[in-house]
Amino acid sequence: MRKLLFQSLFRQPLTEQAPRPDDAALAELAAMVGHTARRRLGRSLSIREVDAGSCNGCELEIHALSNAYYDVERFGIRFVASPRHADVLLVTGPVTKNMRDALERTYHATPDPKWVVAAGDCAKDGGCFAGSYAVVGGVSAVVPVDLHIPGCPPSPMAILRGLVALLETVDTGVAAR
Amino acid sequence: MATLIDLIRAGHEVERHRPWPRAVVDAKVWRSAAGALADGGLSLLGLWGEPSCVHMAVLDNGTSAIGVLSLDCPDHQFPSVAAHHPPALRLERTIHDLLGLVPTGTPDPRPWLDHGRWQMRFPLGERLDASTDAAPYRFLPAEGDGLHQIAVGPVHAGIIEPGHFRFTASGETVVRLEQRLGYTHKGVEGLMAGSAVEQAARLAGRISGDSTVAYALAFAQAVEAAQRIAVPPRALLLRALMAELERLANHLGDIGAICNDASFALMQAHCAVLRESVLRAADAAFGHRMMRDLVVPGGLARDIAGDGSSAIRAALDQIRRHFPALIELYDNTASLQDRTVTTGVVTPALARQFAAGGYVGRASGRNHDARRMPGYLPYDGLRFEVPVLSDGDVNARVWIRIREVGQSLGLADQILAGLEAGPVRVSLQAATESCEGMALVEGFRGDILAWLRLSGDRIERCHLRDPSWFQWPLLEAAIEANIVADFPLCNKSFNCSYSGQDL
Repeated sequence: MRKLLFQSLFRQPLTEQAPRPDDAALAELAAMVGHTARRRLGRSLSIREVDAGSCNGCELEIHALSNAYYDVERFGIRFVASPRHADVLLVTGPVTKNMRDALERTYHATPDPKWVVAAGDCAKDGGCFAGSYAVVGGVSAVVPVDLHIPGCPPSPMAILRGLVALLETVDTGVAAR
Repeated sequence: MATLIDLIRAGHEVERHRPWPRAVVDAKVWRSAAGALADGGLSLLGLWGEPSCVHMAVLDNGTSAIGVLSLDCPDHQFPSVAAHHPPALRLERTIHDLLGLVPTGTPDPRPWLDHGRWQMRFPLGERLDASTDAAPYRFLPAEGDGLHQIAVGPVHAGIIEPGHFRFTASGETVVRLEQRLGYTHKGVEGLMAGSAVEQAARLAGRISGDSTVAYALAFAQAVEAAQRIAVPPRALLLRALMAELERLANHLGDIGAICNDASFALMQAHCAVLRESVLRAADAAFGHRMMRDLVVPGGLARDIAGDGSSAIRAALDQIRRHFPALIELYDNTASLQDRTVTTGVVTPALARQFAAGGYVGRASGRNHDARRMPGYLPYDGLRFEVPVLSDGDVNARVWIRIREVGQSLGLADQILAGLEAGPVRVSLQAATESCEGMALVEGFRGDILAWLRLSGDRIERCHLRDPSWFQWPLLEAAIEANIVADFPLCNKSFNCSYSGQDL
């Protein structure tokens, strides 16, 4: 273990660098998130993830946000275990009828001000599961949604971009619910 | 003891069911099949229904033959298999929830997927209106001094799928765990019925997101079996390449996540980097990180990108360079071994009884891999080993994954070396008469069963059985007498699918 830790000290970080001339996208993101998050949310954004019936694809990419390449915590964004600690609910999946109740209760357990981000095509309108007897539809059919992030599943970079867009909305004064 | 061939012969064999036989049997043969499951001669591969019949897919453990037994139930009931063979229980409860067919003599008539929220009952059978005032679900009792209950979920603390766990504990020790699933039930089989093959293939790839290649492959192979289509060799190899990349990515993610649940975050950090390298290579080669919607009936939606092979080779090299040090780290960290060794044991007898696939079965002595048995192309021409251990603990399940990472690396090498130019897709025929197809495909989690009936270019009925059906109940057994704090560790070492089970 010592050897591995020692190597890590001297190895170049894997994290997508900001700024890097050949790939400005993530560098831009880093700057934007850092700036807007600090102004309104005091340097941090706590996210509670809720799977309202997804296939688990979106969860895998949300997990990837925490790996060394995306390292979401450097932006002050972190995932929390309870809705009571959260600023944002990040909801995936078509909302199934069996999960409707749990999603509503999670929403009401989240303190104001709060924002809801619906991640993935299913979360927008039910995706290819729309119309099923067991599916309510998109997330907005159950709780108010501030932002949709498209994709099946959205890539980690797309999710990061979405969170930036949310922070901009927050910054321009749209009231949270 | 009744062999599968005897049971099939005792019934009326159905035409155009491929590649394995299906026979319509009477209740007596159905019961003797249940008896053969109970005494271990047969293993249960699947149990599903249609509005007025039930089907049972079984594997003969002696002859390795596979077949389907069907029982007509015009009076909407069938003899319970679970009364003799507990692994059938949740599948039977599901048949009742979806179709209204009653398993007579069942030891547990409670609903499973139906939480009383659909505004109807029996959505795939003769529908009845229902109010949404669900009666409270009755959990199984546990009695004794000083027992307390812990209710967890459906919304969990981590970024994982929803499900409910009801623990009864004595102090820190778990006395009973009961799972309640069905929260992610999306009615996939209802959506597939009557849909075009292409639409159903998209749905199949979205049953369990981490196994999108394996599910799409199982569905495609079932369609191809029904229509007797031969897929071009290049497509077969590229499908296997995607399947092995999916296995690599998931195993690497799991190994890290299991260690993380033992509070050893260093493994997680390094394994997540290797997992990401596989996903990025998949993106470069196939245009999607999880390779979704690429495997289609008849072959592939598109060929590998020109520089795809080199991107994949680079990822494989990276894993080869860095993974051995991580294995050493895992094996030499006493505090980590202290958590994983002898924790959450599944006995070989239980793994055999439940015909548990994947690392859950293979860590408990069950030597089964669908790539070998029944086997499918192109694996007959590729060299690989199927690692089997018998300890059945968290450590064994980690080691099966570690060994399978090595095997998948070798398979990917062989496939890349053997790729030859050629077409990657043949067109489907518009079938004139209805036909049925079936497939058993090894996903990273275990064997996925696909069964379908085609009518023209439409799916009349399709059933997909996730490996988790036969693994979730073993988790209940594995956690018994372990401490509550070890549950996340045990759970992650199983990594069962919620969405695949809930369907």
